[in-house]
Amino acid sequence: MVVFDKPHALADVPMHYCPGCTHGIIHRLVAEVLDELGIEGRTIGIAPVGCSVMAYDYFNCDMIEAAHGRAPAVATGVKRADPDKHIVFTYQGDGDLASIGMAETVHAAARNENITVIFVNNAIYGMTGGQMAPTSLPGQVTQTSPYGRDVKHCGFPIRVCEMLSELEGPEYLERVTVNSVKNIRAAKKAIKKAFQNQIEGKGFSLVEVVSSCPTNWGMTPQAALQWIEEKMLPYYPLGVYKDRTAEEAQV
Amino acid sequence: MAKLTFKTDRCKGCGLCVDACPKGLLRLAADTINKKGHHPAEITDEAACVGCASCALMCPDCVIKVER
Repeated sequence: MVVFDKPHALADVPMHYCPGCTHGIIHRLVAEVLDELGIEGRTIGIAPVGCSVMAYDYFNCDMIEAAHGRAPAVATGVKRADPDKHIVFTYQGDGDLASIGMAETVHAAARNENITVIFVNNAIYGMTGGQMAPTSLPGQVTQTSPYGRDVKHCGFPIRVCEMLSELEGPEYLERVTVNSVKNIRAAKKAIKKAFQNQIEGKGFSLVEVVSSCPTNWGMTPQAALQWIEEKMLPYYPLGVYKDRTAEEAQV
Repeated sequence: MAKLTFKTDRCKGCGLCVDACPKGLLRLAADTINKKGHHPAEITDEAACVGCASCALMCPDCVIKVER
């Protein structure tokens, strides 16, 4: 009996990510969910700009490449073109979603667009070589903050889930991580719910995945997972930040 | 007993599977280099493996197939 194998929706090609980069795990979780829900054939994914810019090569469903940060806007168009048929997800990093694409993200959430957003937060710009991102932690050393992020000068990191949870619009917001087997299982559950919400027509669902970047953090893959636990999670606490259906059921 | 199949040439030698194994059965092969130039992961004692698939869940590159 096969206990674990590559999901069908994930293309059988080598990925360009650095050794130990958790993008590979998150790609696989999305693909597993597409398999389990049986929606690969009618799913259209929107790839971002950033490390995961070539995500269109790694999924077997249809994919579109969006301009930097504009994935939720492209997803809106695709979804509205045929809302009953298409399942639309975006896969975006923090430099894409929380920086240049913040406006698109906030407005897609405020409109409660019926799309699924997978937001990979690794607190750094990976593809361009490790510059400070809107989500870099206070004091974090990056290429453009060599003495650590000074919040007096650079401002504070943005907590996307908390910020969006203040809006009336979004249906579901959850923050998960993939630094251990237990957390990977929880992350998959959240991603599955985000797609299930879209199938049921509930609206905007965003799953923020706290991820690692061993190369640009300057650590081994193991130390990077430990750094998530010790540094990232205290600033970015895991949990469900909005689940409108559950909230309405309680009232 | 479980059976692990490694796509050795996909392995990037990150070692996340080595740490994930609750029984400590995996290691990076010190005397082998794959096509990518990494020391690939291998299992030391397949008979002791229970097939929990923790290694496969942790692997970012879907290198490991687990059967039992």
